[in-house]
Amino acid sequence: MWDLVLGDRRINSLRLVARMWNGTRGIHRLGGAVVPEGNQKKERTMLQFLTNHFYDVEALRGYLLQREMSKVHMKNRSFTWLEEQHGPYCAGAFFILKQGGAVKFRDKEWIRPDKYGHFSPEFWNFQEVPVEAVDASDCEINYEGLDNLLLLKELQSLLLQRCPHVDDWCLSRLYPLADSLQELSLAGCPRVSERGLACLHHLQNLRRLDISDLPAVSNPGLTQILVEEMLPNCKVVGVDWAEGLKLGPEEQPQDTASPVLA
Amino acid sequence: MIRRVLPHGLGRGLLTRRPGTRRGGFSLDWDGKVSEIKKKIKSILPGTSCDLLPDTSHLPPEHSDVVIVGGGLLGLSVAYWLKKLESRRGGIRVLVVERDHTYSQASTGLSVGGICQQFSLPENIQLSLFSASFLRNINEYLAVTNAPPLDLQFNPSGCLLLASEKDAAAMESNVKVQKQEGAKVCLMSPDQLRNKFPWINTEGVALASYGMENEGWFDPWCLLQGLRQKVESMGVFFCQGEVTRFVSSSQRMLTTDDEMVILKRIHEVHVKMDHSLEYQPVECAIVINAAGAWSAQIAALAGIGKGPPGTLQGTKLPVEPRKRYVYVWHCPQGPGLETPLVADTSGAYFRREGLGSNYLGGRSPTEEEEPDPTNLEVDHDFFQEKVWPHLALRVPAFETLKVQTAWAGYYDYNTFDQNGVVGPHPLVVNMYFATGFSGHGLQQAPGVGRAVAEMILQGSFQTIDLSSFLFNRFYLGEKTQENTTM
Repeated sequence: MWDLVLGDRRINSLRLVARMWNGTRGIHRLGGAVVPEGNQKKERTMLQFLTNHFYDVEALRGYLLQREMSKVHMKNRSFTWLEEQHGPYCAGAFFILKQGGAVKFRDKEWIRPDKYGHFSPEFWNFQEVPVEAVDASDCEINYEGLDNLLLLKELQSLLLQRCPHVDDWCLSRLYPLADSLQELSLAGCPRVSERGLACLHHLQNLRRLDISDLPAVSNPGLTQILVEEMLPNCKVVGVDWAEGLKLGPEEQPQDTASPVLA
Repeated sequence: MIRRVLPHGLGRGLLTRRPGTRRGGFSLDWDGKVSEIKKKIKSILPGTSCDLLPDTSHLPPEHSDVVIVGGGLLGLSVAYWLKKLESRRGGIRVLVVERDHTYSQASTGLSVGGICQQFSLPENIQLSLFSASFLRNINEYLAVTNAPPLDLQFNPSGCLLLASEKDAAAMESNVKVQKQEGAKVCLMSPDQLRNKFPWINTEGVALASYGMENEGWFDPWCLLQGLRQKVESMGVFFCQGEVTRFVSSSQRMLTTDDEMVILKRIHEVHVKMDHSLEYQPVECAIVINAAGAWSAQIAALAGIGKGPPGTLQGTKLPVEPRKRYVYVWHCPQGPGLETPLVADTSGAYFRREGLGSNYLGGRSPTEEEEPDPTNLEVDHDFFQEKVWPHLALRVPAFETLKVQTAWAGYYDYNTFDQNGVVGPHPLVVNMYFATGFSGHGLQQAPGVGRAVAEMILQGSFQTIDLSSFLFNRFYLGEKTQENTTM
């Protein structure tokens, strides 16, 4: 009888520990807009319960969050020394490649890091060759990291798809690239809202803008119309105009033709 | 086995006994006796409310190191930085006293929410730049475990200031100072203005300055809530009550010129509760006056200004409430998504609000037109006569607009030079000011909070030097004045 009781308690405590460990993996997400529901919800409340009742748990969670943030800061430090040694194009390219993005110099091929994060050092020779295109999708670039990106003065194409730390403040920093930037993609960035899109009006040479799948934008259809009015020479790829009216799930992003002004 | 035995025994002992059945003819009312015994045990056991001492949970604590009068953005900012910069965790006990927990008349909640670096004084520019970086990294500064991240709804659309012929030279020199301090501002000629913003009518505009980064507007209520949450989690006490009295002690001292000065030190603050005569004397070491539009009353309670006029004792705190109106209107053909916060040559300003062609704005009245600050009633005629004509002149699309709503709020207006008062009072040595920002309090609050906290904890301003904002300038007559149209 007693063995059964103890056995139950042992199993209960194991389940408790397992939940905690799953929960700590959840700490590492830095407050993204999309929160997974379902069976993670129970672990969340257990973690929240413990945080509310124990100072140790609260302090541990605070410490882990600070550590995550400082990791992102380290990744986005300024490479001023590299800029002095090798010129702005190489420094900017190195920054992107280190983050896991891809770089294309003018008249050269795309340079991408492989799955281990290694990339070929041939670009150190391209000191005078400007960078034409940058694919920084899924990279952890934030506001400070844009210091390095803005070194690439003749950038023509910038892809910032699904970047978790690119927000409205970052978009307000893109105006120095106005002369050369022709393509910009912000698809899937969780922190970009229509307020950040409003400051893209400086980029008058933009010809293609992708604003599909932005969860923080409150009214995608209306935002698309307003952005198209703001940038008349640009093809804005996003959602369908009738998006706000549909009750069903989002459609695939389609290329919108010339806007019909009412 | 034991489990089966226990309830059986209990049942036998107490629960199954009927009154007056088994034992003799006593009508013992055993059930009632048991419930009485249970009640007595419950009232003696700890953790339950015991009526031996009266309930004082609504009163503030009896001792506090720092008492901050005013729980708006500036008061909370000072509390935050005091807790952040203290050298030992839990080293300083801070109490924030706020008269109105709904913040119905507080300037913070009623503010338009703009932030802009286009000032002429370097200190103001630095304060605004720091506030921009504070807002940008708000989720690092104000992170509370278990709370969702803050979304300030910041619009980085920038600020556009227009200048007529006579103000153009001043604007040029201001922009030079701003660029030196690190603000990203550029000058635009009327042609460039027309190119960029085709909906502007550039008649009467000689020059414009446009801030491109770190400028725009945000939701001040969200900032207030976030600060309040963080500050509570850092261990600051809050109390809803009104400061009615300062008990201070004086000391006569001689200056180097053998003049007698009376230095006062506040050592008790009487906090009166709402709708009652009950008050709590709070013993304190430092008092911070962050009461916004009502700072002059608090200063008068401390005896500031009681003396012959023209002397330091007789210099009052020249901060008074001034009413300002904000109107929200709808204009379907109005300027588009790229509209910055536009401040016209006449003093009228407007900005976009949301996605639906709504705009809000207003205008500062001249000295003669100052409305009566005793209430927050809105004067709609002011919009018709004094605001709309200027707006319609500057933006022709605004000729057809429809006012949706309006509200009024107070500026804590510094009648001396329209800039803030920061730092200690020379005679009441432990009262620090953080008030009088005349409409810029929102954008300077984080920087000012840090400056006051540095002054208290380290004795001097460490990061941004706000010595030109000290109280002494009112006595010495040195105005720290802005020469912009803002």
